Amino acid sequence: MTQAIGVLFDGIAYGSLLFLVSLGLSVTMGLMNFVNLAHGAFAMAGGFVTVVAMTRLGVPFLATLPLAFLATAAAGAVLERALYRRLYGASELDQVLFSIGLTFMSIAGATWFFGASQQPVHLPGFLQGQVTVLGVDLGVYRIFLVAAVAALTLLLGALLSRTRFGAQVRASVDNAQAARGLGIDVDRVFSVTFALGSGLAGLGGALGIEVLGLDSSFPLKFMVYFLLVVVVGGAGTLKGPLVAALLLGVLDVAGKYYVPQVGAFVIYAAMVVLLIAFPAGLFGKRR
Amino acid sequence: MRPVEIAFWLVPVAAFFVLPGYLVLGSQILIVSLFALSLDLILGYAGIVSLGHAAFFGVGAYTAGLLSVHGWGEPLTGVAAAAVVAGLVGFVVSFLVVRGEDLARLMVTLGVGLLLYEAANRAAPITGGVDGLSGVVMWKLLGIFPFDLNGRTAYVYSFAMLAIFCWLLKRLTRSPFGLELRAIRENARRMPAVGAPVQRRLVAAFTVGAAIAGVAGALLAQTTQFVGIDTLGFNRSAELVIMLVLGGAGRLYGAIVGTAIFMIAQDYLSGINPVYWQFWLGLLLVVFVFFARGGVMGGLEAIAARWKRR
Repeated sequence: MTQAIGVLFDGIAYGSLLFLVSLGLSVTMGLMNFVNLAHGAFAMAGGFVTVVAMTRLGVPFLATLPLAFLATAAAGAVLERALYRRLYGASELDQVLFSIGLTFMSIAGATWFFGASQQPVHLPGFLQGQVTVLGVDLGVYRIFLVAAVAALTLLLGALLSRTRFGAQVRASVDNAQAARGLGIDVDRVFSVTFALGSGLAGLGGALGIEVLGLDSSFPLKFMVYFLLVVVVGGAGTLKGPLVAALLLGVLDVAGKYYVPQVGAFVIYAAMVVLLIAFPAGLFGKRR
Repeated sequence: MRPVEIAFWLVPVAAFFVLPGYLVLGSQILIVSLFALSLDLILGYAGIVSLGHAAFFGVGAYTAGLLSVHGWGEPLTGVAAAAVVAGLVGFVVSFLVVRGEDLARLMVTLGVGLLLYEAANRAAPITGGVDGLSGVVMWKLLGIFPFDLNGRTAYVYSFAMLAIFCWLLKRLTRSPFGLELRAIRENARRMPAVGAPVQRRLVAAFTVGAAIAGVAGALLAQTTQFVGIDTLGFNRSAELVIMLVLGGAGRLYGAIVGTAIFMIAQDYLSGINPVYWQFWLGLLLVVFVFFARGGVMGGLEAIAARWKRR
Protein backbone atom coordinates (compact mmCIF):
# COMPACT_ATOMS: atom_id res chain seq x y z
CA MET A 1 0.00 0.00 0.00
CA THR A 2 2.68 2.49 1.01
CA GLN A 3 4.61 1.40 -2.06
CA ALA A 4 1.62 2.15 -4.26
CA ILE A 5 1.37 5.62 -2.76
CA GLY A 6 5.06 6.14 -3.41
CA VAL A 7 4.61 5.17 -7.07
CA LEU A 8 1.55 7.37 -7.33
CA PHE A 9 3.52 10.29 -5.94
CA ASP A 10 6.40 9.72 -8.35
CA GLY A 11 3.85 9.63 -11.14
CA ILE A 12 2.36 12.92 -10.02
CA ALA A 13 5.80 14.54 -9.84
CA TYR A 14 6.57 13.27 -13.34
CA GLY A 15 3.17 14.37 -14.61
CA SER A 16 3.51 17.87 -13.18
CA LEU A 17 6.79 18.26 -15.06
CA LEU A 18 5.14 17.13 -18.27
CA PHE A 19 2.40 19.64 -17.63
CA LEU A 20 4.81 22.51 -17.08
CA VAL A 21 6.64 21.78 -20.33
CA SER A 22 3.53 21.05 -22.40
CA LEU A 23 1.58 24.13 -21.40
CA GLY A 24 3.30 26.34 -23.95
CA LEU A 25 2.64 23.77 -26.66
CA SER A 26 -1.01 23.73 -25.70
CA VAL A 27 -1.19 27.45 -26.34
CA THR A 28 0.63 27.18 -29.67
CA MET A 29 -1.66 24.45 -30.88
CA GLY A 30 -4.83 25.90 -29.39
CA LEU A 31 -4.37 29.53 -30.28
CA MET A 32 -2.65 29.39 -33.62
CA ASN A 33 -3.28 25.78 -34.72
CA PHE A 34 0.46 25.44 -35.08
CA VAL A 35 1.88 21.92 -34.86
CA ASN A 36 5.14 22.64 -33.13
CA LEU A 37 7.25 19.49 -32.89
CA ALA A 38 10.21 21.58 -31.72
CA HIS A 39 8.70 22.45 -28.35
CA GLY A 40 10.96 19.99 -26.54
CA ALA A 41 13.95 21.94 -27.82
CA PHE A 42 12.97 24.85 -25.56
CA ALA A 43 12.82 22.52 -22.58
CA MET A 44 16.25 21.18 -23.48
CA ALA A 45 17.59 24.72 -23.82
CA GLY A 46 16.35 25.53 -20.33
CA GLY A 47 18.09 22.46 -18.98
CA PHE A 48 21.37 23.44 -20.59
CA VAL A 49 21.12 26.99 -19.24
CA THR A 50 20.92 25.52 -15.75
CA VAL A 51 23.78 23.08 -16.34
CA VAL A 52 26.05 25.75 -17.80
CA ALA A 53 25.20 28.29 -15.11
CA MET A 54 25.89 25.75 -12.38
CA THR A 55 29.02 24.03 -13.67
CA ARG A 56 30.80 26.89 -15.45
CA LEU A 57 29.60 29.98 -13.58
CA GLY A 58 28.99 28.48 -10.16
CA VAL A 59 25.45 29.82 -9.80
CA PRO A 60 23.42 27.90 -7.17
CA PHE A 61 20.67 25.61 -8.52
CA LEU A 62 17.65 27.62 -7.40
CA ALA A 63 19.08 30.82 -8.81
CA THR A 64 19.55 29.20 -12.23
CA LEU A 65 15.82 28.50 -12.56
CA PRO A 66 14.78 32.10 -13.30
CA LEU A 67 17.72 32.30 -15.70
CA ALA A 68 16.47 29.20 -17.54
CA PHE A 69 12.99 30.72 -17.75
CA LEU A 70 14.18 34.11 -19.01
CA ALA A 71 16.69 32.76 -21.50
CA THR A 72 14.24 30.36 -23.16
CA ALA A 73 11.44 32.92 -23.10
CA ALA A 74 13.75 35.34 -24.92
CA ALA A 75 14.73 32.64 -27.42
CA GLY A 76 11.06 31.82 -27.94
CA ALA A 77 10.17 35.47 -28.52
CA VAL A 78 12.94 35.88 -31.09
CA LEU A 79 12.10 32.68 -32.96
CA GLU A 80 8.40 33.51 -32.96
CA ARG A 81 9.03 36.94 -34.44
CA ALA A 82 11.57 35.74 -36.97
CA LEU A 83 10.25 32.37 -38.11
CA TYR A 84 7.13 30.87 -36.55
CA ARG A 85 5.03 33.91 -37.36
CA ARG A 86 5.45 33.38 -41.10
CA LEU A 87 3.94 29.92 -40.95
CA TYR A 88 0.70 30.54 -39.05
CA GLY A 89 -1.50 30.14 -42.09
CA ALA A 90 0.70 27.50 -43.69
CA SER A 91 -0.25 23.87 -44.20
CA GLU A 92 0.26 21.32 -41.47
CA LEU A 93 2.98 19.64 -43.53
CA ASP A 94 4.99 22.86 -43.73
CA GLN A 95 4.68 23.38 -40.00
CA VAL A 96 5.73 19.82 -39.27
CA LEU A 97 8.74 20.02 -41.60
CA PHE A 98 9.81 23.39 -40.24
CA SER A 99 9.60 22.27 -36.63
CA ILE A 100 11.35 18.95 -37.34
CA GLY A 101 14.10 20.97 -39.00
CA LEU A 102 14.36 23.17 -35.94
CA THR A 103 14.45 20.08 -33.71
CA PHE A 104 17.27 18.51 -35.73
CA MET A 105 19.24 21.73 -35.57
CA SER A 106 18.79 21.98 -31.82
CA ILE A 107 19.89 18.37 -31.31
CA ALA A 108 22.93 18.82 -33.54
CA GLY A 109 23.78 22.10 -31.80
CA ALA A 110 23.48 20.56 -28.35
CA THR A 111 25.60 17.57 -29.38
CA TRP A 112 28.20 19.93 -30.85
CA PHE A 113 28.54 22.01 -27.70
CA PHE A 114 27.86 19.51 -24.93
CA GLY A 115 28.39 16.04 -26.42
CA ALA A 116 25.80 13.29 -26.49
CA SER A 117 26.18 12.14 -22.89
CA GLN A 118 23.80 12.71 -19.97
CA GLN A 119 24.36 16.03 -18.23
CA PRO A 120 24.98 15.88 -14.51
CA VAL A 121 23.18 18.14 -12.05
CA HIS A 122 24.16 18.49 -8.41
CA LEU A 123 21.16 19.40 -6.35
CA PRO A 124 21.74 21.42 -3.19
CA GLY A 125 21.78 19.35 -0.01
CA PHE A 126 18.36 20.43 1.24
CA LEU A 127 16.69 19.05 -1.91
CA GLN A 128 18.33 15.64 -1.67
CA GLY A 129 17.32 12.55 0.23
CA GLN A 130 13.98 11.29 1.39
CA VAL A 131 11.52 12.13 4.10
CA THR A 132 8.94 9.83 5.64
CA VAL A 133 5.42 11.22 5.61
CA LEU A 134 2.80 9.05 7.32
CA GLY A 135 4.95 5.96 6.76
CA VAL A 136 5.61 6.65 3.07
CA ASP A 137 9.11 7.46 1.82
CA LEU A 138 8.99 10.45 -0.51
CA GLY A 139 11.87 12.06 -2.37
CA VAL A 140 12.44 15.60 -1.14
CA TYR A 141 13.11 16.83 -4.65
CA ARG A 142 9.82 15.40 -5.92
CA ILE A 143 7.91 17.15 -3.15
CA PHE A 144 9.66 20.38 -4.12
CA LEU A 145 8.75 19.73 -7.76
CA VAL A 146 5.07 19.12 -7.10
CA ALA A 147 4.87 22.15 -4.82
CA ALA A 148 6.62 24.37 -7.37
CA VAL A 149 4.37 23.29 -10.23
CA ALA A 150 1.26 23.60 -8.06
CA ALA A 151 2.25 27.15 -7.13
CA LEU A 152 2.97 28.02 -10.77
CA THR A 153 -0.34 26.52 -11.88
CA LEU A 154 -2.26 28.62 -9.36
CA LEU A 155 -0.35 31.68 -10.53
CA LEU A 156 -1.09 30.93 -14.18
CA GLY A 157 -4.72 30.20 -13.38
CA ALA A 158 -4.99 33.59 -11.72
CA LEU A 159 -3.22 35.21 -14.66
CA LEU A 160 -5.66 33.64 -17.09
CA SER A 161 -8.86 34.23 -15.17
CA ARG A 162 -8.19 37.47 -13.27
CA THR A 163 -6.16 39.73 -15.51
CA ARG A 164 -6.95 41.70 -18.62
CA PHE A 165 -4.22 39.85 -20.48
CA GLY A 166 -5.74 36.53 -19.43
CA ALA A 167 -9.12 37.59 -20.75
CA GLN A 168 -7.50 38.51 -24.06
CA VAL A 169 -5.83 35.11 -24.27
CA ARG A 170 -9.09 33.30 -23.54
CA ALA A 171 -10.97 35.38 -26.08
CA SER A 172 -8.32 34.73 -28.73
CA VAL A 173 -8.39 30.98 -28.13
CA ASP A 174 -12.18 30.88 -28.27
CA ASN A 175 -12.47 32.78 -31.51
CA ALA A 176 -9.49 34.62 -32.90
CA GLN A 177 -11.51 36.35 -35.58
CA ALA A 178 -14.09 37.77 -33.21
CA ALA A 179 -11.37 38.75 -30.76
CA ARG A 180 -9.63 40.65 -33.53
CA GLY A 181 -12.90 42.34 -34.34
CA LEU A 182 -13.18 43.51 -30.75
CA GLY A 183 -9.85 45.24 -31.06
CA ILE A 184 -7.68 42.67 -29.32
CA ASP A 185 -4.23 42.55 -30.83
CA VAL A 186 -4.24 38.77 -31.28
CA ASP A 187 -0.77 38.73 -32.83
CA ARG A 188 0.73 40.46 -29.84
CA VAL A 189 -1.19 38.24 -27.43
CA PHE A 190 0.22 35.27 -29.20
CA SER A 191 3.78 36.59 -29.21
CA VAL A 192 3.65 37.09 -25.46
CA THR A 193 2.03 33.73 -24.77
CA PHE A 194 4.52 32.00 -27.05
CA ALA A 195 7.41 33.54 -25.11
CA LEU A 196 5.73 32.64 -21.83
CA GLY A 197 5.14 29.07 -23.00
CA SER A 198 8.75 28.72 -24.15
CA GLY A 199 9.93 30.08 -20.82
CA LEU A 200 7.78 27.59 -18.91
CA ALA A 201 9.13 24.79 -21.09
CA GLY A 202 12.66 25.95 -20.30
CA LEU A 203 11.86 26.06 -16.61
CA GLY A 204 10.37 22.57 -16.87
CA GLY A 205 13.49 21.34 -18.63
CA ALA A 206 15.69 22.82 -15.92
CA LEU A 207 13.59 21.37 -13.10
CA GLY A 208 13.39 18.07 -14.90
CA ILE A 209 17.11 17.29 -15.28
CA GLU A 210 16.91 15.20 -12.11
CA VAL A 211 13.74 13.36 -13.21
CA LEU A 212 13.69 13.24 -17.02
CA GLY A 213 17.43 13.42 -17.56
CA LEU A 214 19.09 15.77 -20.01
CA ASP A 215 21.01 14.91 -23.13
CA SER A 216 21.01 16.16 -26.70
CA SER A 217 18.33 13.70 -27.83
CA PHE A 218 15.85 15.19 -25.35
CA PRO A 219 13.59 17.01 -27.90
CA LEU A 220 12.84 13.82 -29.84
CA LYS A 221 12.75 11.49 -26.86
CA PHE A 222 9.96 13.37 -25.14
CA MET A 223 8.25 14.87 -28.19
CA VAL A 224 5.51 12.27 -28.13
CA TYR A 225 4.80 12.83 -24.45
CA PHE A 226 4.37 16.57 -24.88
CA LEU A 227 2.17 16.16 -27.93
CA LEU A 228 0.19 13.52 -26.13
CA VAL A 229 -0.53 15.78 -23.17
CA VAL A 230 -1.86 18.48 -25.45
CA VAL A 231 -3.80 16.28 -27.82
CA VAL A 232 -5.40 14.22 -25.08
CA GLY A 233 -6.05 17.18 -22.83
CA GLY A 234 -7.41 19.35 -25.59
CA ALA A 235 -5.48 22.35 -26.81
CA GLY A 236 -5.84 25.84 -25.42
CA THR A 237 -6.98 25.15 -21.84
CA LEU A 238 -5.24 24.89 -18.48
CA LYS A 239 -7.34 22.09 -17.00
CA GLY A 240 -7.13 19.68 -19.93
CA PRO A 241 -3.34 19.42 -20.16
CA LEU A 242 -3.07 19.31 -16.35
CA VAL A 243 -5.37 16.30 -16.05
CA ALA A 244 -3.83 14.64 -19.10
CA ALA A 245 -0.27 15.20 -17.86
CA LEU A 246 -1.00 13.81 -14.39
CA LEU A 247 -2.79 10.83 -15.91
CA LEU A 248 0.08 10.20 -18.30
CA GLY A 249 2.69 10.62 -15.58
CA VAL A 250 1.00 8.19 -13.20
CA LEU A 251 0.25 5.67 -15.97
CA ASP A 252 3.82 5.79 -17.27
CA VAL A 253 5.53 5.48 -13.88
CA ALA A 254 3.10 2.78 -12.67
CA GLY A 255 3.45 0.89 -15.97
CA LYS A 256 7.24 0.95 -15.80
CA TYR A 257 7.15 -0.10 -12.15
CA TYR A 258 4.56 -2.86 -12.17
CA VAL A 259 4.64 -4.22 -15.74
CA PRO A 260 8.11 -3.34 -17.05
CA GLN A 261 7.88 -5.98 -19.80
CA VAL A 262 5.08 -4.03 -21.48
CA GLY A 263 6.94 -0.72 -21.28
CA ALA A 264 5.79 2.23 -23.31
CA PHE A 265 3.32 0.05 -25.18
CA VAL A 266 0.48 1.03 -22.81
CA ILE A 267 1.06 4.72 -23.36
CA TYR A 268 1.04 4.49 -27.15
CA ALA A 269 -2.00 2.20 -27.21
CA ALA A 270 -3.85 4.55 -24.84
CA MET A 271 -2.90 7.45 -27.09
CA VAL A 272 -4.33 5.89 -30.24
CA VAL A 273 -7.53 4.81 -28.47
CA LEU A 274 -8.04 8.22 -26.85
CA LEU A 275 -7.41 10.01 -30.13
CA ILE A 276 -10.09 7.97 -31.82
CA ALA A 277 -12.59 8.18 -28.97
CA PHE A 278 -12.01 11.89 -28.25
CA PRO A 279 -10.72 13.55 -31.43
CA ALA A 280 -10.84 16.98 -29.76
CA GLY A 281 -9.26 15.86 -26.49
CA LEU A 282 -10.83 15.05 -23.14
CA PHE A 283 -11.73 18.66 -22.41
CA GLY A 284 -11.43 20.18 -25.84
CA LYS A 285 -14.22 21.81 -27.73
CA ARG A 286 -15.27 20.45 -31.06
CA ARG A 287 -14.54 22.93 -33.76
CA MET B 1 7.65 7.80 -72.28
CA ARG B 2 9.08 11.21 -72.84
CA PRO B 3 12.81 11.57 -73.66
CA VAL B 4 13.40 13.18 -70.26
CA GLU B 5 12.01 10.11 -68.55
CA ILE B 6 14.14 7.75 -70.62
CA ALA B 7 17.20 9.81 -69.74
CA PHE B 8 16.14 9.68 -66.09
CA TRP B 9 15.99 5.89 -66.05
CA LEU B 10 19.32 5.63 -67.88
CA VAL B 11 21.07 7.19 -64.86
CA PRO B 12 20.70 4.18 -62.53
CA VAL B 13 21.48 1.84 -65.46
CA ALA B 14 24.68 3.77 -66.18
CA ALA B 15 25.55 3.79 -62.48
CA PHE B 16 25.51 -0.01 -62.51
CA PHE B 17 28.32 -0.10 -65.06
CA VAL B 18 30.26 3.04 -64.13
CA LEU B 19 30.22 2.83 -60.33
CA PRO B 20 30.54 -0.87 -59.42
CA GLY B 21 31.96 0.09 -56.03
CA TYR B 22 28.76 1.88 -55.00
CA LEU B 23 26.21 -0.82 -55.75
CA VAL B 24 25.30 -1.38 -52.10
CA LEU B 25 24.52 2.30 -51.59
CA GLY B 26 22.84 2.27 -54.99
CA SER B 27 20.44 -0.50 -54.16
CA GLN B 28 19.61 1.19 -50.84
CA ILE B 29 18.73 4.35 -52.76
CA LEU B 30 16.54 2.37 -55.16
CA ILE B 31 14.73 0.65 -52.28
CA VAL B 32 14.16 3.82 -50.29
CA SER B 33 13.00 5.51 -53.52
CA LEU B 34 10.28 2.88 -53.77
CA PHE B 35 9.42 3.54 -50.12
CA ALA B 36 9.22 7.29 -50.85
CA LEU B 37 7.00 6.60 -53.88
CA SER B 38 4.55 4.78 -51.62
CA LEU B 39 4.40 7.80 -49.33
CA ASP B 40 3.96 10.08 -52.33
CA LEU B 41 0.67 8.34 -53.11
CA ILE B 42 -0.55 8.95 -49.55
CA LEU B 43 0.94 12.37 -48.88
CA GLY B 44 1.55 13.88 -52.29
CA TYR B 45 -1.66 12.73 -53.96
CA ALA B 46 -4.15 11.98 -51.18
CA GLY B 47 -2.81 14.72 -48.90
CA ILE B 48 -2.61 12.65 -45.70
CA VAL B 49 0.37 13.77 -43.64
CA SER B 50 1.78 10.58 -42.15
CA LEU B 51 4.53 10.53 -39.55
CA GLY B 52 4.42 6.78 -39.17
CA HIS B 53 4.85 5.39 -42.65
CA ALA B 54 7.85 3.32 -41.53
CA ALA B 55 5.35 1.09 -39.74
CA PHE B 56 4.44 -0.57 -43.04
CA PHE B 57 8.03 -0.61 -44.26
CA GLY B 58 8.98 -2.43 -41.08
CA VAL B 59 6.05 -4.83 -41.27
CA GLY B 60 7.12 -5.76 -44.80
CA ALA B 61 10.75 -6.14 -43.75
CA TYR B 62 9.89 -8.38 -40.81
CA THR B 63 7.46 -10.44 -42.92
CA ALA B 64 10.09 -11.19 -45.55
CA GLY B 65 12.81 -11.63 -42.93
CA LEU B 66 10.81 -14.00 -40.75
CA LEU B 67 9.71 -16.07 -43.75
CA SER B 68 13.34 -16.56 -44.68
CA VAL B 69 14.51 -17.28 -41.14
CA HIS B 70 11.84 -19.96 -40.88
CA GLY B 71 12.92 -21.69 -44.03
CA TRP B 72 11.30 -19.98 -47.00
CA GLY B 73 13.93 -17.88 -48.77
CA GLU B 74 12.32 -17.45 -52.18
CA PRO B 75 12.60 -13.70 -52.89
CA LEU B 76 9.58 -12.94 -55.10
CA THR B 77 7.01 -14.77 -52.99
CA GLY B 78 8.61 -13.14 -49.94
CA VAL B 79 7.95 -9.73 -51.48
CA ALA B 80 4.38 -10.73 -52.33
CA ALA B 81 3.76 -11.92 -48.78
CA ALA B 82 5.19 -8.68 -47.39
CA ALA B 83 2.92 -6.66 -49.66
CA VAL B 84 -0.14 -8.59 -48.50
CA VAL B 85 0.68 -8.35 -44.79
CA ALA B 86 1.65 -4.67 -44.94
CA GLY B 87 -1.41 -3.96 -47.05
CA LEU B 88 -3.66 -5.67 -44.50
CA VAL B 89 -2.14 -3.70 -41.62
CA GLY B 90 -2.48 -0.55 -43.70
CA PHE B 91 -6.10 -1.35 -44.46
CA VAL B 92 -6.94 -1.70 -40.76
CA VAL B 93 -4.97 1.41 -39.77
CA SER B 94 -6.50 3.45 -42.59
CA PHE B 95 -9.89 3.45 -40.88
CA LEU B 96 -8.33 5.07 -37.83
CA VAL B 97 -6.51 7.59 -39.99
CA VAL B 98 -9.08 8.82 -42.47
CA ARG B 99 -11.80 9.65 -39.98
CA GLY B 100 -9.81 12.30 -38.13
CA GLU B 101 -8.83 15.86 -38.87
CA ASP B 102 -5.31 16.77 -39.97
CA LEU B 103 -3.80 16.93 -36.50
CA ALA B 104 -5.49 13.73 -35.34
CA ARG B 105 -4.24 11.98 -38.49
CA LEU B 106 -0.74 13.10 -37.75
CA MET B 107 -0.93 11.84 -34.20
CA VAL B 108 -2.61 8.54 -35.09
CA THR B 109 0.02 7.69 -37.72
CA LEU B 110 2.73 8.70 -35.26
CA GLY B 111 1.09 6.59 -32.54
CA VAL B 112 0.69 3.52 -34.74
CA GLY B 113 4.32 3.76 -35.78
CA LEU B 114 5.50 3.96 -32.17
CA LEU B 115 3.15 1.17 -31.19
CA LEU B 116 4.56 -1.22 -33.78
CA TYR B 117 8.11 -0.21 -32.83
CA GLU B 118 7.41 -1.05 -29.20
CA ALA B 119 5.69 -4.28 -30.22
CA ALA B 120 8.74 -5.39 -32.22
CA ASN B 121 10.99 -4.30 -29.37
CA ARG B 122 9.04 -6.33 -26.80
CA ALA B 123 8.61 -9.39 -29.00
CA ALA B 124 12.36 -9.96 -28.93
CA PRO B 125 12.13 -13.80 -29.07
CA ILE B 126 10.47 -13.48 -32.48
CA THR B 127 11.95 -10.30 -33.92
CA GLY B 128 15.33 -10.19 -32.21
CA GLY B 129 14.40 -6.91 -30.47
CA VAL B 130 17.00 -4.16 -30.59
CA ASP B 131 19.65 -6.59 -31.88
CA GLY B 132 17.66 -7.02 -35.07
CA LEU B 133 16.70 -10.12 -36.99
CA SER B 134 19.73 -11.88 -38.42
CA GLY B 135 20.06 -15.20 -40.18
CA VAL B 136 18.04 -14.13 -43.21
CA VAL B 137 19.16 -16.46 -46.01
CA MET B 138 17.91 -15.83 -49.53
CA TRP B 139 17.55 -18.40 -52.27
CA LYS B 140 18.62 -17.58 -55.80
CA LEU B 141 16.54 -14.97 -57.54
CA LEU B 142 14.31 -16.75 -60.10
CA GLY B 143 16.34 -19.84 -59.24
CA ILE B 144 19.29 -18.50 -61.27
CA PHE B 145 20.97 -15.44 -59.72
CA PRO B 146 22.49 -15.77 -56.25
CA PHE B 147 22.67 -12.67 -54.06
CA ASP B 148 26.39 -11.90 -54.30
CA LEU B 149 28.61 -9.87 -52.01
CA ASN B 150 29.16 -7.16 -54.63
CA GLY B 151 25.45 -6.47 -54.60
CA ARG B 152 25.00 -6.85 -58.36
CA THR B 153 21.91 -9.06 -58.07
CA ALA B 154 20.51 -6.88 -55.30
CA TYR B 155 20.94 -3.77 -57.43
CA VAL B 156 19.27 -5.17 -60.52
CA TYR B 157 16.50 -6.73 -58.42
CA SER B 158 15.77 -3.44 -56.61
CA PHE B 159 15.97 -1.51 -59.86
CA ALA B 160 13.46 -3.81 -61.54
CA MET B 161 11.05 -3.55 -58.61
CA LEU B 162 11.34 0.23 -58.53
CA ALA B 163 10.70 0.46 -62.26
CA ILE B 164 7.68 -1.85 -62.11
CA PHE B 165 6.05 -0.07 -59.19
CA CYS B 166 6.85 3.37 -60.56
CA TRP B 167 5.09 2.41 -63.78
CA LEU B 168 2.13 1.02 -61.82
CA LEU B 169 1.88 4.13 -59.69
CA LYS B 170 2.09 6.31 -62.78
CA ARG B 171 -0.86 4.46 -64.28
CA LEU B 172 -2.72 4.65 -60.99
CA THR B 173 -2.20 8.37 -60.42
CA ARG B 174 -3.25 9.22 -63.98
CA SER B 175 -6.41 7.16 -63.71
CA PRO B 176 -9.73 8.65 -62.57
CA PHE B 177 -8.86 7.28 -59.14
CA GLY B 178 -5.67 9.35 -59.08
CA LEU B 179 -7.57 12.44 -60.15
CA GLU B 180 -10.10 11.88 -57.38
CA LEU B 181 -7.30 11.65 -54.83
CA ARG B 182 -5.88 14.95 -56.00
CA ALA B 183 -9.31 16.55 -55.84
CA ILE B 184 -9.79 15.24 -52.30
CA ARG B 185 -6.46 16.75 -51.34
CA GLU B 186 -7.50 20.10 -52.74
CA ASN B 187 -10.99 20.13 -51.26
CA ALA B 188 -12.37 17.13 -49.42
CA ARG B 189 -15.68 18.85 -48.64
CA ARG B 190 -16.71 19.35 -52.22
CA MET B 191 -15.91 15.85 -53.38
CA PRO B 192 -19.11 14.20 -52.11
CA ALA B 193 -20.99 16.72 -54.24
CA VAL B 194 -19.53 15.20 -57.42
CA GLY B 195 -20.30 11.73 -56.18
CA ALA B 196 -16.87 10.68 -54.92
CA PRO B 197 -16.80 8.64 -51.70
CA VAL B 198 -13.95 10.42 -49.90
CA GLN B 199 -13.42 7.89 -47.13
CA ARG B 200 -13.33 4.88 -49.44
CA ARG B 201 -10.86 6.53 -51.81
CA LEU B 202 -8.58 7.49 -48.94
CA VAL B 203 -8.76 3.99 -47.46
CA ALA B 204 -7.83 2.56 -50.86
CA ALA B 205 -4.92 4.96 -51.32
CA PHE B 206 -3.61 4.34 -47.81
CA THR B 207 -3.83 0.56 -48.25
CA VAL B 208 -2.00 0.61 -51.60
CA GLY B 209 0.64 2.92 -50.15
CA ALA B 210 1.12 0.63 -47.17
CA ALA B 211 1.44 -2.45 -49.39
CA ILE B 212 4.10 -0.80 -51.56
CA ALA B 213 5.95 0.35 -48.45
CA GLY B 214 5.87 -3.30 -47.38
CA VAL B 215 7.44 -4.30 -50.70
CA ALA B 216 10.24 -1.79 -50.12
CA GLY B 217 10.77 -3.14 -46.61
CA ALA B 218 10.92 -6.69 -47.91
CA LEU B 219 13.50 -5.67 -50.51
CA LEU B 220 15.69 -4.12 -47.83
CA ALA B 221 15.42 -7.24 -45.66
CA GLN B 222 16.25 -9.53 -48.58
CA THR B 223 19.13 -7.55 -50.04
CA THR B 224 20.83 -6.75 -46.73
CA GLN B 225 19.84 -10.13 -45.22
CA PHE B 226 19.09 -8.38 -41.94
CA VAL B 227 16.14 -6.56 -40.36
CA GLY B 228 17.00 -3.86 -37.84
CA ILE B 229 14.37 -2.49 -35.49
CA ASP B 230 15.12 0.97 -36.91
CA THR B 231 13.09 -0.06 -39.99
CA LEU B 232 10.08 0.77 -37.81
CA GLY B 233 11.53 3.85 -36.15
CA PHE B 234 10.25 7.41 -36.08
CA ASN B 235 13.46 8.69 -37.64
CA ARG B 236 12.85 6.62 -40.73
CA SER B 237 9.31 8.00 -41.07
CA ALA B 238 10.45 11.57 -40.56
CA GLU B 239 13.39 11.25 -42.94
CA LEU B 240 11.09 9.78 -45.56
CA VAL B 241 8.78 12.78 -45.42
CA ILE B 242 11.86 14.98 -45.74
CA MET B 243 13.14 13.10 -48.81
CA LEU B 244 9.75 13.35 -50.46
CA VAL B 245 9.38 17.06 -49.83
CA LEU B 246 13.00 17.68 -50.82
CA GLY B 247 12.33 16.14 -54.22
CA GLY B 248 8.82 17.56 -54.56
CA ALA B 249 5.67 15.76 -53.43
CA GLY B 250 2.85 14.73 -55.74
CA ARG B 251 5.08 14.15 -58.77
CA LEU B 252 6.35 10.55 -58.36
CA TYR B 253 9.74 11.41 -59.87
CA GLY B 254 10.23 13.90 -57.06
CA ALA B 255 10.25 11.02 -54.59
CA ILE B 256 13.12 9.33 -56.44
CA VAL B 257 15.13 12.51 -56.98
CA GLY B 258 14.68 13.57 -53.36
CA THR B 259 15.72 10.17 -52.03
CA ALA B 260 18.81 10.06 -54.23
CA ILE B 261 19.94 13.55 -53.22
CA PHE B 262 19.19 12.91 -49.55
CA MET B 263 21.00 9.59 -49.33
CA ILE B 264 24.04 10.64 -51.33
CA ALA B 265 24.38 13.78 -49.22
CA GLN B 266 23.88 11.73 -46.06
CA ASP B 267 26.51 9.22 -47.13
CA TYR B 268 28.99 11.99 -47.88
CA LEU B 269 28.30 14.41 -45.01
CA SER B 270 27.79 11.91 -42.20
CA GLY B 271 31.07 10.37 -43.32
CA ILE B 272 32.68 13.66 -42.29
CA ASN B 273 30.68 14.07 -39.08
CA PRO B 274 27.17 12.83 -38.23
CA VAL B 275 26.43 15.93 -36.18
CA TYR B 276 27.13 18.16 -39.17
CA TRP B 277 24.72 16.14 -41.26
CA GLN B 278 21.88 16.52 -38.81
CA PHE B 279 22.46 20.25 -38.50
CA TRP B 280 22.54 20.88 -42.24
CA LEU B 281 19.51 18.67 -42.75
CA GLY B 282 17.58 20.71 -40.21
CA LEU B 283 18.68 23.98 -41.77
CA LEU B 284 17.84 22.69 -45.24
CA LEU B 285 14.33 21.79 -44.10
CA VAL B 286 13.70 25.23 -42.65
CA VAL B 287 15.02 26.89 -45.80
CA PHE B 288 12.92 24.61 -48.01
CA VAL B 289 9.74 25.37 -46.12
CA PHE B 290 10.29 29.09 -46.52
CA PHE B 291 11.69 29.33 -50.02
CA ALA B 292 11.18 26.19 -52.07
CA ARG B 293 7.92 24.48 -51.27
CA GLY B 294 7.80 22.53 -54.52
CA GLY B 295 11.13 20.85 -53.84
CA VAL B 296 13.75 20.14 -56.49
CA MET B 297 11.24 18.97 -59.09
CA GLY B 298 9.02 21.98 -58.44
CA GLY B 299 12.02 24.21 -59.02
CA LEU B 300 12.94 22.41 -62.24
CA GLU B 301 9.35 22.69 -63.45
CA ALA B 302 9.35 26.41 -62.80
CA ILE B 303 12.60 26.80 -64.73
CA ALA B 304 11.30 24.67 -67.58
CA ALA B 305 8.08 26.69 -67.75
CA ARG B 306 10.01 29.95 -67.89
CA TRP B 307 12.27 28.58 -70.61
CA LYS B 308 9.31 27.44 -72.72
CA ARG B 309 7.60 30.81 -72.49
CA ARG B 310 10.60 32.51 -74.01
